Amino acid sequence: MFVKAENLSYVYGSGRLSFRALNNINLQIDEGEFYGIIGHTGSGKSTFIQHINGLIKVEKNYGKLTVGEFDLTDKKCDFKKLRSKVGMVFQYPEYQLFAETVFDDIAFGLKNFCPEMKEEERLVAVKEAMESVGLNYEKYKDVSPFDLSGGQKRRVAIAGVIVTKPEVLILDEPVAGLDPEGKRDFTALLHTLKSKFVKTIIIVSHDMDFVAENCTKVAVFSHGEIIAEGTPKQVFAKEEVQNSGLGLPLTSFVTDQLKEAGIDIDCDLTTSDFIEKVAETLQERGDRA
Amino acid sequence: MKDVTFGQYYPTKSFVHNMDARVKLLLTIAYIVAVFLVQSFHFLGFVACLLFLIVATVLAKVPILKMLKSIKVIIFFIVFSAVLQIFFNNNGTLLAEWWIFKITDIGLLNAGFIAARITLIILGASLLTFTTSPVELADGIESLLYPLKWIKFPVHEFALIMSIALRFIPTLLDETDRIIKAQKARGADFESGNIFKRAKALIPVLIPLLISSFRRADELADAMDARCYAGSKNRTKYKKMKLSYRDLLGTILMAGLITGVIFLNKFYIVLAVVV
Repeated sequence: MFVKAENLSYVYGSGRLSFRALNNINLQIDEGEFYGIIGHTGSGKSTFIQHINGLIKVEKNYGKLTVGEFDLTDKKCDFKKLRSKVGMVFQYPEYQLFAETVFDDIAFGLKNFCPEMKEEERLVAVKEAMESVGLNYEKYKDVSPFDLSGGQKRRVAIAGVIVTKPEVLILDEPVAGLDPEGKRDFTALLHTLKSKFVKTIIIVSHDMDFVAENCTKVAVFSHGEIIAEGTPKQVFAKEEVQNSGLGLPLTSFVTDQLKEAGIDIDCDLTTSDFIEKVAETLQERGDRA
Repeated sequence: MKDVTFGQYYPTKSFVHNMDARVKLLLTIAYIVAVFLVQSFHFLGFVACLLFLIVATVLAKVPILKMLKSIKVIIFFIVFSAVLQIFFNNNGTLLAEWWIFKITDIGLLNAGFIAARITLIILGASLLTFTTSPVELADGIESLLYPLKWIKFPVHEFALIMSIALRFIPTLLDETDRIIKAQKARGADFESGNIFKRAKALIPVLIPLLISSFRRADELADAMDARCYAGSKNRTKYKKMKLSYRDLLGTILMAGLITGVIFLNKFYIVLAVVV
């Protein structure tokens, strides 16, 4: 499923206390993309992603938003069906757990979206979701989610979203507050999911290294507008982005420094590509010398 | 959820906004007493209260429409108490009868009287919350309760509880909004079904909310402890409350209203005859 926003705007509040969170956003996210959204707090990122599964409704005369076959501007749009196709993981998702057991919490979405599902099928789906986030089914299914550690809680919460096998997965700052190992595990999980049923991943992040490493495309939000869009390489090369104070991925920073020193390395900003290109350059220089 | 404003404070600068919160609290209580002083069927007393209210509203620069909106919330309550008066009053001349219900002229008058009384009280109380921010109110209440210290009532702690509660209302609203959205994203449905189904649908919102409130309370306690907060002794206020000429004027106006109401109660018959 693709996501297409045309002249999308959103205003919080009314009268003199109103705040324009989105201002004429035009953005297309194609199926298969690992799409990064970056920007300062208050730049409209969260407002935008909440539009995609209809948690914030597009208001009349405030633009158009299409997600696959769903026209979100349409009053008759089936939001429940849309939400079963577009999964959303909020910031600190562990704070939304409520059920008595891990199993019940993960099955919550299934019960809501497919009430006619058989008990055995539900069991299989929950088991699958738990295994894919790295939680042992037998060991944890009857445990209270509140007895788990922070990292495990987060896994349960994410399992509760992917259990319905959404085609589009939206994540709001999923790596915030995770330790380096947790971050690595989580990134690996996203790539595994993407090789299975998730077709498009949209991710909001403040971690530029994460974005450069994983995203196929990036959009930069600033004051409710998009100031840059494209591959990480294109985006981080732009002056507006470099001056925006968002920071740069380490690879981008190092290539810039090397360029100033007269060594031009043309890589796509992922660590593996960077190392490869540096090795090539060194090799060439060695051969020449 | 974001549109829920607590205490409906209307931020502007006006005569009433600048009055001392303590005086405004006391005047509101006096106003309620004045409304209750009006004796049955002496509607002129209500007219006096209404006049006072109009003057106060104009001085407060609060739009009339906003004031009227505050009645909307309790309109059901007003109608309910009025209807009770109509149906369950058996005195006076009978106007209509149906099954066990009798409508009498006194019943009708009583209904109008009760409705007017509740409306006037609510309008007066809303004027207080329109012109006084929750923080000022809490400070005002603390200051007014100060004499209770003599009977070992923990006034400062009580005020602290109040201001913390007020401080966290917007935070909790934000949190509720987020959790509702998160559960909606997982297909939770809060809008359809009968009342029991809807109440049950709230469980996935209330439990996380309760848990995060406990977490926040712990964190806040630690943060206060870390900054050596040790209770009321020798603490001073950032904003000192001061009386001004406005408070004197307000008090004089209120004294006028109460005198007027008592006068109208006493001489209602005389006035009615003269007019």
